Amino acid sequence: MWEYANPKRFMGWTAPVLPWAFGLSAVCLTIGLIWGFFFTPVDFRQGSTVKIIYLHVPSALMAINAWVMMLMASLIWLVRRHHVSALAAKAAAPVGVAMTLIALATGAIWGQPMWGTYWAWDPRLTSFLILFLFYLGYMALWAAIEDPDTAADLTSVLCIVGSVFAFLSRYAVNFWNQGLHQGASLSLDKEKNVADVFYQPLLFAIGGFVILFFALVLLRTRTEIRKRRIGALQRREG
Amino acid sequence: MLRVRDLAVARGGRTVLEGVSFDVNPGEALILRGANGIGKTTLLRTLAGLQDPVAGDITFPEDEGAYASHADAVKTALSVTENLTFWADIYGNPVPDMIWDAFDIADLRDRSAGTLSAGQKRRLGLARLGVIGRKVLFLDEPTVSLDGFSVRLFTNFIRTEHLAKGGVAVIATHIDLGLSAPTLELDTYAASDRPARSSSDEAFL
Amino acid sequence: MIPLLRRDLMLATRAGGGFGLALVFFLIVIVLVPFGVGPETDILSRIAPGILWVAALLAALLSLDRIFALDHEDGTLTLIATAPVPLETVAVAKSLVHWITTGLPLTIAAPFLGVLLQLDPAGFAAVAGSLLLGTPALSVIGTFGAALTVGVRRGGLLLSLLVLPLYVPTLIFGAEVARRGVAELELTTPLLMLAGITAGAVALLPFATAAVLRMNLR
Repeated sequence: MWEYANPKRFMGWTAPVLPWAFGLSAVCLTIGLIWGFFFTPVDFRQGSTVKIIYLHVPSALMAINAWVMMLMASLIWLVRRHHVSALAAKAAAPVGVAMTLIALATGAIWGQPMWGTYWAWDPRLTSFLILFLFYLGYMALWAAIEDPDTAADLTSVLCIVGSVFAFLSRYAVNFWNQGLHQGASLSLDKEKNVADVFYQPLLFAIGGFVILFFALVLLRTRTEIRKRRIGALQRREG
Repeated sequence: MLRVRDLAVARGGRTVLEGVSFDVNPGEALILRGANGIGKTTLLRTLAGLQDPVAGDITFPEDEGAYASHADAVKTALSVTENLTFWADIYGNPVPDMIWDAFDIADLRDRSAGTLSAGQKRRLGLARLGVIGRKVLFLDEPTVSLDGFSVRLFTNFIRTEHLAKGGVAVIATHIDLGLSAPTLELDTYAASDRPARSSSDEAFL
Repeated sequence: MIPLLRRDLMLATRAGGGFGLALVFFLIVIVLVPFGVGPETDILSRIAPGILWVAALLAALLSLDRIFALDHEDGTLTLIATAPVPLETVAVAKSLVHWITTGLPLTIAAPFLGVLLQLDPAGFAAVAGSLLLGTPALSVIGTFGAALTVGVRRGGLLLSLLVLPLYVPTLIFGAEVARRGVAELELTTPLLMLAGITAGAVALLPFATAAVLRMNLR
């Protein structure tokens, strides 16, 4: 299985996969979003604003999954020294940060009519804000180190240490908000109180986001491999 | 005492030297020569264990190696004595008395290192080699910014205090130190243009 | 470890060593806050524990980039890496010096500066205690961040960006301990969490710091 992680093999098998991945994600997103936006009933409590769920939930999910993927890719790089692994982690970060921003923005838009404010220091929102900072730091470190292998090493360690602290932050933020307000009255447990009519298109939207993430990371990883190849060729020519 | 076999070293993902082999026996020195950018610093850093070799073996007695770069590693806020005492303490040695005359810094003992001239700082930096008590020295351009008198002091120190006591030294230098030591021309080991062996660039070529 | 500690403390207290900078910065923030939020006693005394914690964190952050940068610039770090001292020990020594020169003075000064913020005298012990328990974590985490950016020129801003999110749990639990202590509320849970974070960071992060230093010195 590891041979598919060789840069040349990776370029080979991803080229035909990419258009299918983008196509499939487009189909899923189109079905999920059109079904969700136009063919689901209006929620009796939240009105039509609830429909932002079809962007908010999948992007929030992928914001976290992207970080988990980066963590696994970082571990693989540190243990097995597969270059594609390090570059995939690097490639996933901007996609992850975009997902985080979408989740934060849609959360704010949804929060305005529901809570009467664009921003509340709700534990979930706060956790995503912290995750956003982690993404920024990770990307800034990649950008600051010139030697690609050193950059891969350092960002991998940052990703691992950051994961531990991100996990701690999640717990700390839950605790902290309880400490300030009595009870988390603002937090809605979104996934659990979704009725079936809303749930089915949501699955399509989530599927579409997953495949879109996969396709974007493949595309960006290919770009990173090409950049490394250009650098290697230039160094060889002196 | 120092044995190097078929060593290949890389800088910035590209192999610069390969097939480097030599032996240095106790009491001997080896002078490294080669054009700028050939990889003298990379080779010395690899020998000192600061970076991993791409291929090959380096053997010398454990805990006997020491490295000196072209930076002085002198703390300007400390006095000359404090600078030397720090290194002696780190290596768990006393500061030997001979060091003051060997590097002509006896008069500077209590001076703040920040008031020293470039050459005096360099001598203080080199005096570190005398307090750490290591047998295998890897020296990168040790005589930068030294005048002829100081170069002779340094050569004298290496000959009488280090080599004569069974130490070895690998020295990269452009000038003639006046040491009777064999020279290794690194130009002959320059890595060829074919894809670099197991350096990180290879995977992308 | 002892020679390294002694040298770094000596360097910190000499001219240009930056000892006391963190303390002055701490003072400046505390003095500026009332100008920003107004002089009402009840507002100030309510936010005092949090402000003291945030100011201490920023003051600790200010001096992080000195931890390895100076030794890296003059070549000392390379020589220390080849000396018979494990880099893990170097990491611990550097964190300890950072704590002695920033965390400890900040802890001692916090109750006195708390007076300026109308901090309830009953809360002096809680604020100082939470800082005493939490600032070692700030130093150890900061040392890790400083090791990550040691090869980056003008890495100060990058260092802040990397370290700030890592500081969040320590800040939350530390300030919570201080706040609850001032209000004389039950504080076992945040106290245990704060102690846990400090203990975990002190025990584990030096290994990460040493690994990162090795990568950077390659």
